[in-house]
Amino acid sequence: MQFSRLESANAASPVRFTCNGQVVEARAGDSVATALLLAGIGSTRDTALSGEGRAPYCLMGVCFECLVEIDGVPNQQACLVPVSDGMSVRRQEGAPQVWDG
Amino acid sequence: MSAVHDLVIIGAGPAGIAAARSARADGLDAVLLDEQAEPGGQIWRAVGRVARERPGDLGIFGGSYAKGAGPVADLWGCELRFCATVWHLHRAEDAWEVVFSRSGAAERVRTKTLLIATGAMERPVPIPGWTLPGVTTIGALQLALKQSGAYPTGRVVLMGGGPLALLLASQFKAAGVPIAAELDTAPANRLSVAARYLPGAVLGAADTLLDGLRLLRGRTAITGVAPLEILGEGKVEAVRYRDGSGLHEVPADHVALHEGVVPNTQLTRLLDLNHVWNPVQRCFHPVLDPFGESSVADVFVAGDGGGILGWRAAQAAGALAAAQIAWRLGAIVESERDLRAAHHHGRIAAERRLRRFLDALYPVPDWLRLPEDRTTICRCEEISAGRVREMARLGCAGPNQLKAYLRAGMGACQGRMCGLSVTEILAETQGRTPEEIGYGRIRPPIKPVTLDELASLYQEPTS
Repeated sequence: MQFSRLESANAASPVRFTCNGQVVEARAGDSVATALLLAGIGSTRDTALSGEGRAPYCLMGVCFECLVEIDGVPNQQACLVPVSDGMSVRRQEGAPQVWDG
Repeated sequence: MSAVHDLVIIGAGPAGIAAARSARADGLDAVLLDEQAEPGGQIWRAVGRVARERPGDLGIFGGSYAKGAGPVADLWGCELRFCATVWHLHRAEDAWEVVFSRSGAAERVRTKTLLIATGAMERPVPIPGWTLPGVTTIGALQLALKQSGAYPTGRVVLMGGGPLALLLASQFKAAGVPIAAELDTAPANRLSVAARYLPGAVLGAADTLLDGLRLLRGRTAITGVAPLEILGEGKVEAVRYRDGSGLHEVPADHVALHEGVVPNTQLTRLLDLNHVWNPVQRCFHPVLDPFGESSVADVFVAGDGGGILGWRAAQAAGALAAAQIAWRLGAIVESERDLRAAHHHGRIAAERRLRRFLDALYPVPDWLRLPEDRTTICRCEEISAGRVREMARLGCAGPNQLKAYLRAGMGACQGRMCGLSVTEILAETQGRTPEEIGYGRIRPPIKPVTLDELASLYQEPTS
């Protein structure tokens, strides 16, 4: 699953953030979810049960498939969060580890 | 305690925007909240920014989209909160309290009256393989194109039925986005059934019908399609479907699905408003009086969240509810309210006639209502239709008990994706009606919140 951007939409100001350390070049006005799709990050999480990969399904805040960790806070709906410079995004992989030390 | 507003409107789509502008004109102290960064809802997503920054793209999206540029630009003087995700509504002492999060911090506003304008969501399309990366809704692709000018590349298969499916295909053509295959899932023989509603639709909304006819021009879709399966290992590789000529498999990198829209009832369910089953649209919607007031006093619902009628009706319903609220709060006189109501009721009645035609043209097919056993229906907790049938045969009393048995509806989406499937499958398996089965209880928070956000709401008691 690859996405591209219309030439007309490339003029918006650039925004740069990372996903699992990989630099993502986005545009102002993108949601994190759409920016990840455009960057070729086709799967945004692995499920907590079977571990299978999932990707944004609705892009309007109802499917919860795009849950990611943003700046250390897990379970953010990537389709509802606008991109901003320096943001650190991480995929959610499997069940969360509960620290009991 | 903070100030009590006259009105809080949740959702800045056509209904919420119309209500906010009407309330502003009447001098009400209103607040408009939306979880997106910009006004417009889904139909007018990012239209203000598109009109400013890439006006050439307005032509891609068609007339209904461009019509949003005016309303979204005319919210001056309205109190607006964007990126505001509402996660709880409740009655606190003598006011309604709306609890939401913005930028990681929780806030609350208090209000005398509440207007829920949270609109529609696309009906989930559970077929085998619909959880694979590379499968989205057709609406999702349209939103990506509006908001970011983003479109899928490679072999793109659109598989669905309904006005939005036609619209996206025409928008992709206008934008120069190649479509590998357009598979139309609408039953082929419906026009004769729908024809008796056509005169009403023509009288009511001839312009909308004409827009629809234009979408059909030069179309090369394969019609009468019944989807069977989306195939792939870790990502989409092919689509299997059946049509009049037999079984087919087409290679695909991206599959977009759409089978109409249903009300997003998360907030109306949270408040436990009375809901009713719509046997034609096969979904629940809240019971509303002619002004949009729900079964709970001072709680109004406007737009597709109150029943699917489309954006023109939503605009009218938003302004109608706002007029009733303004009258109740003493901002306008009764005769003024009645004058406006007559106008808005006329618009809504016309759109209702159009909707009867569309509903007859695009009935909900059985393969969609009753997925085969192996199909995952609850995406969050990975539960199949077959498991739900098993519990139904064991005598599961309803969606709430099913949560205890299977956790269906208890994952992150809180039943948004599986709720209607659960109702339909339990009803079918147990020989009961969807009304008898009902819907799972929705509890707060309806969106994920952190303990930090919860704690930030705590106020030290004053001694």
